Amino acid sequence: MVGVSADTIKSEVGKLKGQVPDSIVHELQGSLLRVSKDRAITREQLGEIIESVKQAYINAIVEPGEAVGTVAAQSIGEPGTQMTLRTFHYAGVAELNVTLGLPRIIEIIDARKMPSAPLMKIHLKEKFAKSKEKAKEFAQKIELTTVEDVSLQTEVDLINTVFVVTLNRPVMQRRGLTPTKVASAIKEALKIDVHVDGYKLRMKPTTVSLSELRKLASKVRSLTLRGLKGITRVLVKMEDNEYVVYTEGSNLSGVITMPEVDPTRTVTNNIHEIEKVLGIEAARNAIINEAVKTLEEQGLEVDLRHIMLVADMMTASGEVMQVGRHGVSGEKASVLARASFEITTKHLLDACIHGERDRLDGIIENVIAGQPIPLGTGSVELVMGREEKSGAK
Amino acid sequence: MSMMRIPKVIDSINFTLMSPDDIRKMSVTKIITADTYDEDGYPIDRGLMDSRLGVVDPGLRCRTCGGRPGECPGHFGHVELARPVIHVGYVDTIYSCLRATCRNKNCGRILLSPQKLEEFRKRVEELRRSGGKWWEISDQVIRSAITVEKCPHCGEKQFKIKFEKPTTFVEGKNRLTPSDVRERLENIKDDDALLLGIDPRVARPEWMVLTVLPVPPVTVRPSIILESGVRSEDDLTHKLVDIIRINQRLAENIEAGAPHLIVEDLWELLQYHVTTYFDNGVSGVPPARHRSGRVLRTLAQRLRGKEGRFRGNLSGKRVDFSARTVVSPDPNISINEIGFPEHVARTLTIPVRVTEYNIEELRNLIRRGPDIYPGANTVVSPDGKRYDLRYADREEIASKLEPGFLVERHLKDGDIVIFNRQPSLHRMSIMAHEVRVLPGRTFRLNLSVCPPYNADFDGDEMNVHVPQSEEAQAEARILMRVQEQILSPRFGGPIIGGIQDHITGAYLLTRRGRLLTKSQALQLLAHVGIFSELPKPAVKEKGVEYWTGKQIFSMLLPKGLNMTFKAKICENHTRCKKEECELDAYVVIRDGNLLHGVIDARSYKALDRCEILDRIVKDYGTTAAREFLDRVTKLSIAAAMMFGFTTGIDDEDIPPEAKERINEVIDEAKEKVNKLIDVYNAGELEPLPGRSLRETLEMRIMEVLAESRDSAGSIAEKYLGLDNHAVIMARTGARGSMLNLTQMAACVGQQSVRGERLNRGYRKRTLPHYRREDLGARARGFISSSYKDGLDPLEFFFHAMGGREGLVDTAVRTAQSGYMQRRLINALQDLRVEYDGTVRDDRGTIVQFVYGEDGVDPARSDKGKAVQVEKIIERVIGGY
Repeated sequence: MVGVSADTIKSEVGKLKGQVPDSIVHELQGSLLRVSKDRAITREQLGEIIESVKQAYINAIVEPGEAVGTVAAQSIGEPGTQMTLRTFHYAGVAELNVTLGLPRIIEIIDARKMPSAPLMKIHLKEKFAKSKEKAKEFAQKIELTTVEDVSLQTEVDLINTVFVVTLNRPVMQRRGLTPTKVASAIKEALKIDVHVDGYKLRMKPTTVSLSELRKLASKVRSLTLRGLKGITRVLVKMEDNEYVVYTEGSNLSGVITMPEVDPTRTVTNNIHEIEKVLGIEAARNAIINEAVKTLEEQGLEVDLRHIMLVADMMTASGEVMQVGRHGVSGEKASVLARASFEITTKHLLDACIHGERDRLDGIIENVIAGQPIPLGTGSVELVMGREEKSGAK
Repeated sequence: MSMMRIPKVIDSINFTLMSPDDIRKMSVTKIITADTYDEDGYPIDRGLMDSRLGVVDPGLRCRTCGGRPGECPGHFGHVELARPVIHVGYVDTIYSCLRATCRNKNCGRILLSPQKLEEFRKRVEELRRSGGKWWEISDQVIRSAITVEKCPHCGEKQFKIKFEKPTTFVEGKNRLTPSDVRERLENIKDDDALLLGIDPRVARPEWMVLTVLPVPPVTVRPSIILESGVRSEDDLTHKLVDIIRINQRLAENIEAGAPHLIVEDLWELLQYHVTTYFDNGVSGVPPARHRSGRVLRTLAQRLRGKEGRFRGNLSGKRVDFSARTVVSPDPNISINEIGFPEHVARTLTIPVRVTEYNIEELRNLIRRGPDIYPGANTVVSPDGKRYDLRYADREEIASKLEPGFLVERHLKDGDIVIFNRQPSLHRMSIMAHEVRVLPGRTFRLNLSVCPPYNADFDGDEMNVHVPQSEEAQAEARILMRVQEQILSPRFGGPIIGGIQDHITGAYLLTRRGRLLTKSQALQLLAHVGIFSELPKPAVKEKGVEYWTGKQIFSMLLPKGLNMTFKAKICENHTRCKKEECELDAYVVIRDGNLLHGVIDARSYKALDRCEILDRIVKDYGTTAAREFLDRVTKLSIAAAMMFGFTTGIDDEDIPPEAKERINEVIDEAKEKVNKLIDVYNAGELEPLPGRSLRETLEMRIMEVLAESRDSAGSIAEKYLGLDNHAVIMARTGARGSMLNLTQMAACVGQQSVRGERLNRGYRKRTLPHYRREDLGARARGFISSSYKDGLDPLEFFFHAMGGREGLVDTAVRTAQSGYMQRRLINALQDLRVEYDGTVRDDRGTIVQFVYGEDGVDPARSDKGKAVQVEKIIERVIGGY
């Protein structure tokens, strides 16, 4: 028996487009083409398969009125009790500290301005990603290095009113710096003379006074020799046949504009930074990715749709909003809903002087009023009256 | 209360500020004396308990509405304050108003140029038209107005106004009395008030300074009579007494022309009492106390917090028709059922409308009355009269009964009830069960529903609610019944399924080489309740017929089921031998016949991959799945009983030579650790990038020790085969893990606190038994003994350290995750899918255009996928 040709499969399956999501169409087409190579698929079978797929999709569609929000909240909240609390390390990279488990999830939905362990994963362009040296060089370039980082000891010589920096030789070598380079950097930034004596640097403030000396000392110590703000540590790792740079601390806008970097694959775990640099849609995806990563790491299975809904709710207003009193819940339209969450009295008092009106469209308000809630079977507003039915002609 | 009619539907609620006139208009009487009752115990006229404010004591009637206690809702009174006082809740708003407006009596405008005001006004108007939060503009208005020093309208110079907590305002050096404040607020024009966030249609700024105080009705602050007969007044009444008393003294002093200082003092005292009357938790104000020293619970405290009015009484209400008792297991009832104590069934009732079809049956129930089980408790006649069958002449009522009556009858088998265990973390924490009245005093539930409720039987209690209306019962039955909840919407897989012995039993039964005689096979099936013909025997030996366990198991599978998957015991060899697997871990089901493979956790354990059960729910429906689960659990338990299954301490016995090898491995590891420490001390350790030497050392040591425990474990494992019951449980996924066994048999391993080896206690050492700076394995909490051998005292102590951290961790985590879930629920609860497929919140804002980007319900999806294309193809064209 001869089966249908590949073209028939393509055209028949193509008819599904618009009726079921494209991803399913693609998968179906792929699988059918693969199977049809070994075994013949009759026309009837093809029809039955397509019909079954269509039916299966229709059966899987959400019911109108479904309380998807509550279900999503429960699906993320319920496994919370099973997550670990410890905030410590690794996600494949043992050397870096990463916040994991419940604290990380809370951090994400809290939309904190800065995660407790900011982190970047930088992918490099082809040229740089294959060579360990080039990747290392790049890593050094972005690592924030201050004078203090490379010095063994710094002292304020009160007698001679001199500030002395003793540089740390092994660290200097490892970072590819020389005393003269450091000296010239200081010179340029602070416009003062620096006396180089081996690994010792001496410098005097322009006006001789104790307070000036102290000021100078602190300025010199925190002087940036090179690197990007915020990036405190870098690590080069071999991953999937290319060198990837991990950083502790994050500076997305600085990093993705660098010529060595592949900006399409470089990520940070700081959601606010992503929002600022790449926009709200990117922030939404970042929330999803971070949450999925955290849950997966804990071995908890949560459907992607729930996480998407939370992310969409957090970003629906156009900026990242916290799940809680200062964000989504605080912005609710209903006075009663806000009052029943947190800071009860303030919301009630303010509602009075604003002359607010609670339209009782939400859930909590109707629970408070003791009325059916507008969800599920309660969301049906159109009901056939008994009289009409009996009076049908 | 015949059929729970909602008399009126609340469409919306307006929030407004009350003017002094509103308060007087609402009031039924002016309150002038602080006394409550006279010597005879009657309320004093114009006192705080005036009977025009409503009544709470039985026997009295309200002088306003004539209602008896319970009927009269209560009525407000009022107090005329001798001097105005500031409302604490509005001090911040008052402060902004004072600073943003001109101090000149004749001006009172916002300190911004007319053009700017116009600009702001436009924005406010626009927002108001669109229904936005127009008051948010006021922040900008105030922020820009407070810096202005000269009024742009009248040229008056402005002074800095300071706010001193809690309710005092100071302008330059002069204190502003509430009267001054009120006067200034009065000068604010309506148009300007709008820009300050105050809607002049409902609130005038000066109303934030009170001249009249409403007195809530007594029903709001009922007094209680103690056993000793002494009346104890509510906290609010106490506070009102204070206010009225001081108010009176203030009025008298003013009348008498007392010195300014005294009047000021009393005025301030009045302010204090009114402040604490509204909110007894304002910072900067010492909380008002009861004579006993207890802090009073005044208005704000009543509303606030978890036990406050909002969260405690309005969002969560106490209900009738509910019961609570201990739960215990019953493997013989269906997952849909709940074993119900007769006592509870007699107490909880369902209202049944009398029709000509059920009248005889209901008459019978009425005759039996409330004490004989199945009976009835009350009868309601069509005119709304209730007859309590405990006292009424039941025979008479039964004979009077006719269609239209309502009988509240006892619960009986098959009735639907709602079952719940707290904490209700997900929707499967509340499911509907069918009643099955059983002897005993506990609720009985099938073991398969333990995972969704997260219940065990160490004293857990659960609640039952009885839906009263037919609609509620129908909804519960169709939407909430246990069998409808088998699939969790969290991940689209079964959350209800086999647990523990269900898994081992099935494994024992379907193991390779398991042969059953006819009587054995029939006995197993009888347990399940299957009395159909046996299939052809698989083996016939010396004239005796034998059936395999797989054959018996197959009798539960629906016809047409085709599956292939790997069992839990699969060891993931690089080359799968498929059907020839030594462990029989390759499961093949064809047309409902288990051909190869064993049944274990992978097949139908709750929360696991649950292949078979998952398939049955999705392809054959929930009823088939429930039937399968009910039967398969019974079969498994019967099998476990038939073949015998037990575990004990000797399951962890390993031969002496194994013990020796384990000790060797551990000693080796300890030696390695010592070497590492030597290298570290010699300063020759190569640090990992970005780590200090010490951190590197710790990581290396942990690595070495973890490895040694693993190899100790694998040595032990070699001696613990699949004939060991503990191993069967671990490997089939029924209970416990191989790690647990390793710890019992071989070596407990490293104890840790905060992810590090133990290091706290004494200076530079964990215990005085070690030298300072001892970094060795033992000194930092490595336990080389096994649980079975027992821990030595030091090891025991270390183990307790690690164990304590675990306990603290759990306690902290429950609190944190509970709050997180509350926030999530609060943020997302208004979302729902509309008929057009979009997801919107309560104001109609679209959050998602298509739910989850494909509109698929996760509970109906196949592990997140809408359609399992492969499986459909396999089903249509057969296994390929």
